[in-house]
Amino acid sequence: MTQPILHVRDLAVAFDIRPQGAWPWTKPLKLHAVGGVSFDLAPGECLGVVGESGSGKSTLARAIVGTIPATSGEVLFEGQDLASMSVSERRVHRKDVQMIFQDPLAALNPRMTVGDIIAEPLTTHYPQTPASEVKARVGELMERVGLLPNLINRYPHEFSGGQCQRIGIARALILQPKLLICDEPVSALDVSVQAQVVNLLAELRRDMGLSMIFIAHDLSVVKHISDRIAVMYLGKLMEMAEAKTLCTVPQHPYTQALISSVPIPDPVLEAARKRPILEGELPSPLAPPSGCVFRTRCPKAQASCAEAPPRVEVLEGDHRVACPFHAPMDVLERA
Amino acid sequence: MTMQSVAGDVSGAEVIEGRSLWQDAKRRFLKNKAAVVSAFVFLFLCIFAFFGQFLSQYDRETIDFTLMGANAYKGVPSFETGHYFGVDSDGRDLYARTVQGLRISIMIGIVGSLVAGIVGTLYGATAGYLGGRVDGIMMRTVDVLMSIPFMFVLILMLVMFGRSITILFIGVGLISWLDMSRIVRGQTLSIKNKEFVEAAVAIGVSPAKIILRHIVPNLIGVVVVYMSLLVPTMILTESFISFLGLGVQEPNTSLGALLNRGAGALQSGVTTWQFYFPLTVFIVLLFALFFIGDGLRDALDPKDR
Repeated sequence: MTQPILHVRDLAVAFDIRPQGAWPWTKPLKLHAVGGVSFDLAPGECLGVVGESGSGKSTLARAIVGTIPATSGEVLFEGQDLASMSVSERRVHRKDVQMIFQDPLAALNPRMTVGDIIAEPLTTHYPQTPASEVKARVGELMERVGLLPNLINRYPHEFSGGQCQRIGIARALILQPKLLICDEPVSALDVSVQAQVVNLLAELRRDMGLSMIFIAHDLSVVKHISDRIAVMYLGKLMEMAEAKTLCTVPQHPYTQALISSVPIPDPVLEAARKRPILEGELPSPLAPPSGCVFRTRCPKAQASCAEAPPRVEVLEGDHRVACPFHAPMDVLERA
Repeated sequence: MTMQSVAGDVSGAEVIEGRSLWQDAKRRFLKNKAAVVSAFVFLFLCIFAFFGQFLSQYDRETIDFTLMGANAYKGVPSFETGHYFGVDSDGRDLYARTVQGLRISIMIGIVGSLVAGIVGTLYGATAGYLGGRVDGIMMRTVDVLMSIPFMFVLILMLVMFGRSITILFIGVGLISWLDMSRIVRGQTLSIKNKEFVEAAVAIGVSPAKIILRHIVPNLIGVVVVYMSLLVPTMILTESFISFLGLGVQEPNTSLGALLNRGAGALQSGVTTWQFYFPLTVFIVLLFALFFIGDGLRDALDPKDR
């Protein structure tokens, strides 16, 4: 395997939560948004991250980009530890890792023209670039992401959600980053536009040789674009495998539940299939269950699950599962 | 999208000018008739305040001795004598004095709200954006400054450093930004959690640039509205100080000082116009400013979008 572009080891992010009405000197509660996540990302690879709301996907993305400080663990980007860098060093490094946001309109400053928004990374990192070149680059990129360059002086509120997301993509790509982190880039768009944006991203990734981390809560979207998929639950990685393997032979009970919750557009098959349905709610990340965090909702939970966090087992084809009772689900039953 | 702009998109040749939120706000402001009329009234008052003295043959300080002892019946407002607003109880031309008083009042209002607008905005935005301990220290400083009775300090300053218009300007400037910084900080707290600010952080924009480029432009709506409402407050403050006899000194005057003298004249019941002319100008000015502020608030209110 080639040198990974991104190497994440035991990354943990915790937030201090001060209960309402507490004394100033009481210790704040720790909200463990991400706990001990490790993975490698090869150059040009796309890793999909799925999980339900509150599973720490976005926090993971922000910790890698660096807008939220990591509590522990390391994030090595091309062998350099991003977490231990000084603020100014870090700022220089930001041009290699760019991010696309969930809410396309909210991610654009309403008082700036589209041209200024897209040019901002360029004018920030290369302030001496002549204005004509900036304009040419912006026009080029707008065309590349499917926007007409003559819209350069428009404002974000004059665009649709899909167009705004294209603007966000153009802004992320103007510095030709090596790693692109997409934080639920399509969840705020409607389905037809989702497909366009996902296809655009896939195309750009192929053409520019981007590495990507693609976060979504919709498995079918992630499956389409990713090489590998990681499944998160309550800040922990549950399972990580090749996209196809994960979708056809999921090993972890949580992944199995996730996959079987995707509806089949055929009422006969839909009614006939057996599926493990998850009960209850996501436990509070303020007081996660001991041992395996999924045990409170797991259909296969045993007494031993409460004792220690499950060891990650590596199966054939770098298929990682954090469950000692993993077993493939009957695929025929599913489809 | 209208058909026309679709056609423009397809041709793709010429660059389409976008309509910024400011242009939208301008359109909304121009629709508000009271605000537009008030804006013209205010403009007229400004022209009057700065150029009105050229219409009169008298200046603000010379006593018209031809009316000596006969102010009550010869000094009445009249075009014949050239004393359009009459004379005050000392025999000085009230028109010239009103023009000059209005000028001082408008200047006080504008200086006060400009200081508030610039200092208050930058201070509040910095405190709000940096947050944490810096925010705590900066805002507690504001709290401490606010807890000092401002009128008392201003009066003390005027007594200690002598009664001058400069001290009055400094005094008004010193306090006017406190409220503004609080309002701006509150707004900043909500703006800094927007994704475009996070996007700027992720891009690597420095905090100072984020404040100036991303936060302040999005605050301007609130700031402009508050500034326009601050102008009348500042004028009222100055009027109060001058009414106490501490502000502007003779032979200079201000609307507050004129009203003070006018109120005295009202009591003696002789030169009553001395009260009504400055009062009219004062009320027209305040109403115009409040309507402008109101119109700006409606035009810039983000909820309208």
